[in-house]
Amino acid sequence: MPDAGGMSLEVKDLVTSYGAIKALRGVSLNVPAGSITAVLGANGAGKSSLLRTLSGLVRPRSGSVLLDGKEIAGRAPEDVVQMGMSHVPEGRGVIAELTVDDNLRLGGLWRKDKADRGRALEEAYALFPPLDQRRKRLAMTLSGGERQMLALGRALVARPRVLLLDEPSLGLAPRITSQIMALVRRLCDETGLTVLLVEQNARSALSVADHGVVLNLGTVVASDDPAKLAADDNLRHAYLGF
Amino acid sequence: MSRFLSVTLSGLAGGMIYAAVALSLVLIWRATRVLNFAQGAMAMFTTYLAYYVLDHDGSYWLAFAVALLSGLLLGAFVERVLVRPVESGPHLNAVVVTLGIFIFLQGLAGLLFGGRFRSFPTTFSNKNYNVGDVSTLSPFEIFVISSVGLVAVLLFALFQYTDVGLRMRAAAFEGEIARMLGVRVGQMLTLGWALAAVAGSLAGILVAPSVFLHPNNMDGVFVFGFTAAVIGGLDSPVGAIIGGLGIGVLLSYVASYAGGDLQTLAALGVLVFILMVKPSGLFSSTATRRV
Amino acid sequence: MATLALPRRGPFASTIVRHLTVAVVGGLVLLLLTSSVNAYRDFQIANVGYYVVAVAGLTVLTGLNGQISLGHGALMMVGAYTAALILDRDNPPPLVVVLVLCVVVTAVVGAIVGAAAARLRGPYLAGATLAFAVGLPGLTSHYAGTFGGDNGLSVFTSPPPASLGVDFPSERWQAWITLAAALVTLVLLANLASSRVGRSFRAVRDDEVSAELAGIHVARTQVLAFVVSAACAGLAGGLLAVVSGQATPGAFSVALSLAILAGAVLGGLGSLAGAVYGAVALVALPAISSNASERFDFGTDVKSNMPLLVYGALLVIVMLVAPQGLQGGVRRLAGLLRGRSPAQPARNESVTEVSVTEPEG
Repeated sequence: MPDAGGMSLEVKDLVTSYGAIKALRGVSLNVPAGSITAVLGANGAGKSSLLRTLSGLVRPRSGSVLLDGKEIAGRAPEDVVQMGMSHVPEGRGVIAELTVDDNLRLGGLWRKDKADRGRALEEAYALFPPLDQRRKRLAMTLSGGERQMLALGRALVARPRVLLLDEPSLGLAPRITSQIMALVRRLCDETGLTVLLVEQNARSALSVADHGVVLNLGTVVASDDPAKLAADDNLRHAYLGF
Repeated sequence: MSRFLSVTLSGLAGGMIYAAVALSLVLIWRATRVLNFAQGAMAMFTTYLAYYVLDHDGSYWLAFAVALLSGLLLGAFVERVLVRPVESGPHLNAVVVTLGIFIFLQGLAGLLFGGRFRSFPTTFSNKNYNVGDVSTLSPFEIFVISSVGLVAVLLFALFQYTDVGLRMRAAAFEGEIARMLGVRVGQMLTLGWALAAVAGSLAGILVAPSVFLHPNNMDGVFVFGFTAAVIGGLDSPVGAIIGGLGIGVLLSYVASYAGGDLQTLAALGVLVFILMVKPSGLFSSTATRRV
Repeated sequence: MATLALPRRGPFASTIVRHLTVAVVGGLVLLLLTSSVNAYRDFQIANVGYYVVAVAGLTVLTGLNGQISLGHGALMMVGAYTAALILDRDNPPPLVVVLVLCVVVTAVVGAIVGAAAARLRGPYLAGATLAFAVGLPGLTSHYAGTFGGDNGLSVFTSPPPASLGVDFPSERWQAWITLAAALVTLVLLANLASSRVGRSFRAVRDDEVSAELAGIHVARTQVLAFVVSAACAGLAGGLLAVVSGQATPGAFSVALSLAILAGAVLGGLGSLAGAVYGAVALVALPAISSNASERFDFGTDVKSNMPLLVYGALLVIVMLVAPQGLQGGVRRLAGLLRGRSPAQPARNESVTEVSVTEPEG
C-alpha cells in the first residue's frame, strides 16, 4: 500500500524516563527499509516505551532517531505521522465512540491528496472484508480481531513508510494472530513497507521477522537473525518464554 | 387548562435558552473534561458587548453578530491561555480557574458598564399570538426557539459530517490516539471551546430581554443550564437539549404556580435528585460515571 | 500547624498546649493592636475576624478533606439570618448564646447539604453548591414577611459593656468579639486537624478507596467535614450580621462564596495560617481598591468591582503559577533562600502535584 516504498529507521542510544524511572537505558537498533524487525522481551522490558518514544508520545531524555536519515527525536506525534511513520498502539487503540468508517477516515485525514485518501480507504476495506461489512457500526461493537484490523487499517490509510506495531497478537486467537502476521509480511514484501514489530508472542513474531532484537530492563540484550535467536536456549528461557 | 398550555409553551421557549447553555457546557465537558463555570459569566459579558453596540446606534443584528463573534474569541482565548495549563492537572484546579474567570468577568462587567439593571431590546414583539383562548408564543419566543434550534443543527452537522468535526470528536474522545493520527489536538480543543462559547453567548443575548442585563444576570441561567446538562448526562448534546426543554417547562410551572423566587431552588432540587438517583443522567451513552 | 512552628519539645510537646499558647500570645498581641488603632481600623479588624472563621472553615473542607464548596456564602447567610431573627426578639439571649445558635442552625443545614455532597465529586459538587448559593437568597424574597425581602433585616446588638468605660468605641468591642471567635475557631480547628478525625479527613482526601480499606467510613467523614465547615460559616455569618448591623440577601451573593474560596486558595488551601492571610487579603483588597478609586476619582463602579476583578485574577494566577497558594509560595521561596534543606524539595514536589494538600503534617 505505501506508494514510495519504505524508509529506514535508525535508533541510537535512546534514553527515556518517566520521572525517576528509566524505561529505556540507551537503546540502539537499525531497521533497514523494507524489512521487519521484531522487538521481543518480557513485560516491562521497555518495548512499548520504545515505540511511544519513536512516535513522539514520549520525549526522549537523549539519543537520536533517524527516519530515512532525518533526525526526528523529540518531534510531536502529529508531525511524526506526517513524516511517514505510523504507530498502531497496544490494546487495539481504536476510538470506541466512533464508527468503523470514521476511525478509518481519521487515519488519512491529514493528507492533502483527497482523491488518494478515498483510494486508500477503499484499499483498507478490500484488505479487511469484515470491516467493509461493518462500516457504520461503532468501533466498540467490534470483536478483538476486528479492532486489531481496524487499528492496522487506520494506520495504513495514512500510507505510512514505516509502521510501528505494538503487540498486534495481544488477546487474539492464534489463527487470527497468524493471519495478521502473514498480512504484515505480505505488505512488507509487496510494497517495501518497513515494520518495527513489538511482541510478547516471540515465536509468531520471529516467524515473520527479518531481524530480531531482545530488550530487557530498557537495554538491548541480543540482536540477531530470528532463527539464531529462536535457537538460543538461554535467551529463550530467560527472556522469550517459549 | 389554557393557562397550563401557555405556561408550558413559554417554558419550552425558555428551555431552549437553557438548552443552549447546557449544550455549551456539554461540548466543553466532552472535549476537555472541564466544567466551565465561567460559561454564564462569559455569556453575560458578550451580551454587554452587544448592548454596547445597540447603545451606540448599531442594529440588533450587528449586536447579535458581535455577541456571537466575541463569544467565539473569548472561548478560544479562555481555553488556550487560561485553561490549557491546568487541563491535565487535578480537576479542582480547572474548576478554580473557571471560577476565577467567572468572578473576574463579573467584576469587569460591573467596572465597565456599571451595576444597574438594563433592559435589553429585541427586534421581535413580545406579544403572544392567541390560538382560540390560549395565549401561545410571541414572535420573540419563536425567534428564540428557531435560532437555538438552528445553531444546534449547525453544530450537529459540523461535528457529524465534516472532516474538522471528525477531528474534534477524535480529539475529545481519545486525545492521544488522535495525535498519533496527525490531529492537532490542542487546536481542536480550542476550537471546541470557541464553538461552545458561541452557543453560550447566544443564550446570553436571548435571555437578556427577560431577565434584564446585569453582571449577575446569568448566574441563575447558568444553574439552569448546568442542571439541564446533568439531566442529559453531561456528555450528550441531545440530552442537553432535552434536559434544557424539561427544566424550562418545570421552571415555568414553578414560576407561575409557586413563585419565581423559588426557581433556582427548584433547579437545585432537580439537580440533587438526578445526581442521587441516576448520576449518569438520562441520556448518557457512557455507562458509568463517578460524580 | 496553627500559626507558628514552635519546637515540639518541653512544655510544647502537647498539641493542645502548643495551640493554646499560640492563641493566648496572639490574643494579647491583637488586644494591643486593636487598642492602638482608630475606629475605622478596628472595624476592618472586626471584618478580618469573621473572614478568618469562614476561610478557615472552607480550608478544612477543601484543603483537608478535598471537597469543594461554592455555597459557603449561602451558609453564612443562614448564620446571619439566624442571628438577626434571634436578636430581633424582645428579650434576646446573650451574644455568646446567639452565636452558638448560629453555629448549631448552620451545622444542621450543613449536615443536609453535606449528606447530598458526600455523594458528589469535583465539578458536580461545585455545581450543586453553586446552585445552592444562587438559589438560597431567593427564599428571602419569597418569604419576605419573615426575612424582610431585598432590604433584609436589621440586627440589634448591645453596646460595649459599661465596665469598659463610656467612650469605649463599639468598633473595638466588635473587633474583640470577632477576634475572640476567630481564635477559638482556629484553636479548635487546629486541634481537629491534628487529631484522629483530621487524619481521617486527609486519608479520605488522598485516596477514598484506601481510606475505606483502612476502616474509615468515607461518606460519614465527608459529611462531618461539611458540618464542621458549615458551622464555621454559620459563626462567620452571625458575626458578619453583628458587625454590619444587618442581614441582607445582597451581602450573600455568589461573589461572597467565591471571595471566600479566593481567600482559601490564596492562603494555600490546607494551612490554617494561610486562612489568616487569605482573610486579611479579603478585607485589605476592597480597602485598597476603595482608596485607589477615591484618589484617582474612578467612581463607584470601579470601586465596588475592582475587588471582584482582583479575586478572579488571583484565583486564575495562583492556579497557574503557584497551585499551593501564598503560604506554599512563601515556604518555597524560603526553602530556596536557605539553599533547600533536604526535606524541602520532596515536600514541595508533592504539594505541586496535588493541588489540595496540606503542607504541614
